[in-house]
Amino acid sequence: MASVPMHQGLLLAGILFSLGLVGLLVRRNVIFMLMSLEIMLNAAGLAFVVAGARWGQADGQIVFLFILTMAAAEVSVGLALVLQIYRRFKTLDSDAVSEMRG
Amino acid sequence: MEVVFYIAAIVAIISTVLAITRLNAVHALLYLIVSLLSVAIVFFVIGAPFMAALEVIIYAGAIMVLFVFVVMMLNLGKKATDMEKQWQRGGMWVGPSILAAVLIAEVAYLVSSPATAVYGSTVIEPKQVGIVLFGPYLIGVELASMLLLGALVGAYHLGRRTPEKTEK
Repeated sequence: MASVPMHQGLLLAGILFSLGLVGLLVRRNVIFMLMSLEIMLNAAGLAFVVAGARWGQADGQIVFLFILTMAAAEVSVGLALVLQIYRRFKTLDSDAVSEMRG
Repeated sequence: MEVVFYIAAIVAIISTVLAITRLNAVHALLYLIVSLLSVAIVFFVIGAPFMAALEVIIYAGAIMVLFVFVVMMLNLGKKATDMEKQWQRGGMWVGPSILAAVLIAEVAYLVSSPATAVYGSTVIEPKQVGIVLFGPYLIGVELASMLLLGALVGAYHLGRRTPEKTEK
């Protein structure tokens, strides 16, 4: 059967990653920046799974599992930081936290 | 199955664009969940059913619920009721519902079609993934457990409410 060609999947991963990057650069709300990070990590995992499916190996899916673990750890720490920022600065604007210089 | 892949890809791109352009965090989260679900369908079509299940359970389930919890915690206070009124007034649920309905139709199509036609020639079973995961990648599993433990301790330490006296 004609399965999905690899470059189409990689193209989708690239588009999703670029969208996440644009969201990370454009938004100034910390919650939206974390969500954009999730989009980018998800797109990177998609690229690994597509490449693993191309060669018929399970390694791509293993790396996606590790990315999933890392995303879960990152988002829990990140959201705890968001709570702290909101408690101290009473805002979610990331520019307000720019007083920490060096 | 190429058609299913293309429709899921288009849904993923549309919902991601809408997610990063919403002004309201909860609306953005709705679109982000739809985006993750469509990526799960992409995983299913390209022959990774285990990863599709994990995408739905962990990404769209657990991580997005964390986001929802934090968004709800941040909106405590007098503004919360006004916001709630605003959210319930508009028909913001229509957009995510339409995109999710497309995905449900795709899943129904995939389930109803015979199994040999669903997968490509190279479907990687969960058993194969497990054998490789706990074989050559065993050290990675151990490191992942250490990472999760570190994240647990870090999130607990950061999320703890400090006493008022030491608050600067």
